[in-house]
Amino acid sequence: MASRQREISVSEFFAKNRHLLGFDNPRKALLTTVKEAVDNALDACEEAGILPDITVELLQLAETRFKVTIRDNGPGIVRKQIENIFGKLLYGSKFHRMKMSRGQQGIGISAAGMYGLMTTGQPVLIISKTGRRKPAHEVVLKMDTARNKAEVISETEHPEDDTLFADGHGTQVTIELEGRYQKGRASVDEYLEQTAIANPHASFTYITPTNETLEFPRAVDELPPEATEIKPHPKGIELGTLIQMLERTEKTQLGAFFKDEFCRVGPRVAKDICGKADLTDRTWVKQVGHAEAERLFKAIQDVRIMAPPTDCLVPIGTKAMLAGLLKEVKAEFFAASSRPAAVYRGNPFQIEVGIAYGGQLAGDDLARVIRFANRVPLLYQQSACCSFKAVVETAWRNYGLQQARSALPTGPLVVMIHMASTWVPFTSESKEAIADYDEIRKEMRLALQECGRKLGTYLRRRQRMRRESERRHVFARYIGEIAMACERITGTDAARVKTALEEIAATKTAEADQQLDDEGRVIDDGGRLAHDADVIILDGSGHGPGASDAGGGTDDAADGTLFGGGDGSKPRRGAARKKTRRKTTKKTGRGGSR
Amino acid sequence: MATSKKKKTVRKTAGETSAATAAPRRRARSAATVDPAERARVDAETVASIESLAGSIVEQSLGHIDPSFDVPTRSKSNVHFDAKARVLRMGDAAQQRLLFNLGQAKKFMQTVLVADGCRDLVRAGKTLSLRGMYYKSLHTIAGTKEKTFDGQDESDAVLEDLEVTLDALRENLHVFAKKRGTMVGNITVFDNGDEIDCRRMGTGGYAIPSICEPSVIQFGKCDAKFVLHVEKDTVWSRFNEDRFWEKHNCILTEGSGQPPRGVRRLLHRLNTELGLPVYCLLDCDPWGHYIYSVIKQGSINLAYESGRMAIPDARYLGIRADDYVRCELSDDVKIELDDRDRKRAREICEYPWFADRKHWQKEIKRMISNGFKMEVESLITKDISYVTETYVPERLAAKDWLD
Repeated sequence: MASRQREISVSEFFAKNRHLLGFDNPRKALLTTVKEAVDNALDACEEAGILPDITVELLQLAETRFKVTIRDNGPGIVRKQIENIFGKLLYGSKFHRMKMSRGQQGIGISAAGMYGLMTTGQPVLIISKTGRRKPAHEVVLKMDTARNKAEVISETEHPEDDTLFADGHGTQVTIELEGRYQKGRASVDEYLEQTAIANPHASFTYITPTNETLEFPRAVDELPPEATEIKPHPKGIELGTLIQMLERTEKTQLGAFFKDEFCRVGPRVAKDICGKADLTDRTWVKQVGHAEAERLFKAIQDVRIMAPPTDCLVPIGTKAMLAGLLKEVKAEFFAASSRPAAVYRGNPFQIEVGIAYGGQLAGDDLARVIRFANRVPLLYQQSACCSFKAVVETAWRNYGLQQARSALPTGPLVVMIHMASTWVPFTSESKEAIADYDEIRKEMRLALQECGRKLGTYLRRRQRMRRESERRHVFARYIGEIAMACERITGTDAARVKTALEEIAATKTAEADQQLDDEGRVIDDGGRLAHDADVIILDGSGHGPGASDAGGGTDDAADGTLFGGGDGSKPRRGAARKKTRRKTTKKTGRGGSR
Repeated sequence: MATSKKKKTVRKTAGETSAATAAPRRRARSAATVDPAERARVDAETVASIESLAGSIVEQSLGHIDPSFDVPTRSKSNVHFDAKARVLRMGDAAQQRLLFNLGQAKKFMQTVLVADGCRDLVRAGKTLSLRGMYYKSLHTIAGTKEKTFDGQDESDAVLEDLEVTLDALRENLHVFAKKRGTMVGNITVFDNGDEIDCRRMGTGGYAIPSICEPSVIQFGKCDAKFVLHVEKDTVWSRFNEDRFWEKHNCILTEGSGQPPRGVRRLLHRLNTELGLPVYCLLDCDPWGHYIYSVIKQGSINLAYESGRMAIPDARYLGIRADDYVRCELSDDVKIELDDRDRKRAREICEYPWFADRKHWQKEIKRMISNGFKMEVESLITKDISYVTETYVPERLAAKDWLD
């Protein structure tokens, strides 16, 4: 028996349990591969202060075999790190730090390579260039799952005039894998579309398996500020972590240990903690055994410690969120709200919500919830996600929408929820749903309510406007008939009667307008909405839906668009003209009406 | 006192008609035709009232006042029961119809259009059906896709509004409804000058026109002693085939359910001008009871015409709730009352003109406690001609009716 016992490598474990990483089935495997590569590319670009330009190409080799190529304009990877980054599981720069980033564990891209190798036997091809004067390295890598190491099969150095990277630097990964391409929910298309919403500073080029080129242009020319790294907050760690930190620290005394290894701990707090654990801040760290550590851990829970700093979070920001929604969702009303940062279990986090309503969105479906964690779209396990529950428990009926009991609201609505955090609590390694913490759910609900109130104001206003214009039209329509009939009966000139009646009608409707003004509140709300920076209304007059779509929307009413691909847009576009999606007209067309 | 008054009328009309029939046909015709001058006077009055309505609208418009006119309310709230005359009368309540009111703007326009159409008709000396009137005023409003009327229902309602507003009857506006109702019996009438012998009408009977005003219909020789009104034509055919009117010397009418204005006007005139008592043979259900109520007291909707239509001494011959036991009918004829029937029956019970009638209260309550209704046809289960040969003659002989 003992002879059969041997160590299991991490890679082997994940190779057998690939569903934990999001490779459950061919369809999801394709998506996860693209997702991991794009997440890495975006992180790399942002850290290097480069506006990301990312190209995703899916080449279909056979029914279930794809060659996935992702190219970015990031800083490139130095030659000796290539094996580690792409060939080793759990290797990364992001795991050990408290900093907001897309990737966390360092599993993603190497797992994708491993999956490709397992299903097709083909190695991973990486081309990377770190600067104009530097050569591009082309490396073919094969994973050795037993040893969690990469094996270089071949490597070539390319001359400087590499045409792949226009900026002179970047990385391209090609993975061949077994997959399945399908449009619709949880597809690569949807992922890229949502990524484009949450990352309006990035531009994407997507070449689909059917060889169409879709462009997702940049909407904001400003990189989000770089997230700062923070030390762990005492309240956010567990006993085991505390013991580990005590073992690893270079500090010799407890007081210094707490001050230096944690955030928000000053001399007084350190003293308090130690005191409560019957120790002093001068106690030698080496003398702290298991029992003492446990006392320290309890003490931490009892001591009042300031919440962790929140400036380490980089929210998308309402402006950028609106820009992202505006370019990808064909709606008429947009609102966004950003909550102040809050804390769960010692981890700072911040919730942002954006909503898009009306326009070409399908009106009789349930609302769509698009979820993001640190700007990464979450496409699976919607109903297990905290954000989904927050949307369901919000009383949308108060804001003029229909909502069945414990269901999403019904109507032409897209709800976007973003959680930014140094550590997003996912329910599993494949990062599909946010765990349901009360603090998180509460923040989400508050943000949703803020957007909901704005939507309610808008809808009420729109309804009132419609009634008003109806009133005006009704009178105008009938006056002519009455004047003519009166002329036939009495012989009085119809034109004279008509003019007189129109004059009365004008004063009548003016009176009605006046009344609404005098009542004040409702009209005032409309005025506030118009000046709200977090709200965009296309076709501000609100005269019936569709008016705005005819103008700005026709050219770019995207075909395969997951949002707003509703009934309106489809018949209008011929198959011939949908090869390339142009969105350039939008900025001028839509921005002007703010 | 009422009887003496009635006798007077009978004598008077009898004298007139006998004179008319004694004369040759040619002369009878001319004698029966109403005075053209009278007709012209009525028409001129109608036109004048339409013109004054339109004139007031023009005047208000040019004077920058909200154009409006008053439409007497035609709903239950504005109807009261005149206990002395035992008819429904319309109250004085009126509704202002405003042009500059979202809910009324269209109706305002429609009323003006219909008024214009009626004026045309009167001046041309022609008549149109309700449907014809609808088409006459129907067109698409200039510059829109909207039609002036969404359906005949709208124009019918507007016409009724116009009647009360102008205080002119539909007949005076030269509009008539679809013909409904049939008559046969021991009487001769003159319809627009044509002599019609209701004894020789075959199986079809004389179709009662929509307008039964004296200007159109005059009575000729009448030997009948009473009028039997039945609910629908199926029963009426039974009586006609059995020549009931001949055997019992009466007039037999039918109103196809709720009798239209023409039938009611004719019954009223037969009753008041010729002094013939009216007996009704209707189904034993809330619907039948209400038909009786309309014949007797007038309807809520047309309360303004009650004086010309109601027959306060009309009598209800059957079917009665206790006929099921009395005539030993089989279980098969029962039609169960549903909730709507019960609700309607209780409503009828509470109408003031039923409330003070003990035997009616008993009758309706009996029907409700029975839990079923019966149609006149149910008597056919006894024998094909049971209703004509046994049921009605027995009731009449026993003077067994509800009043």
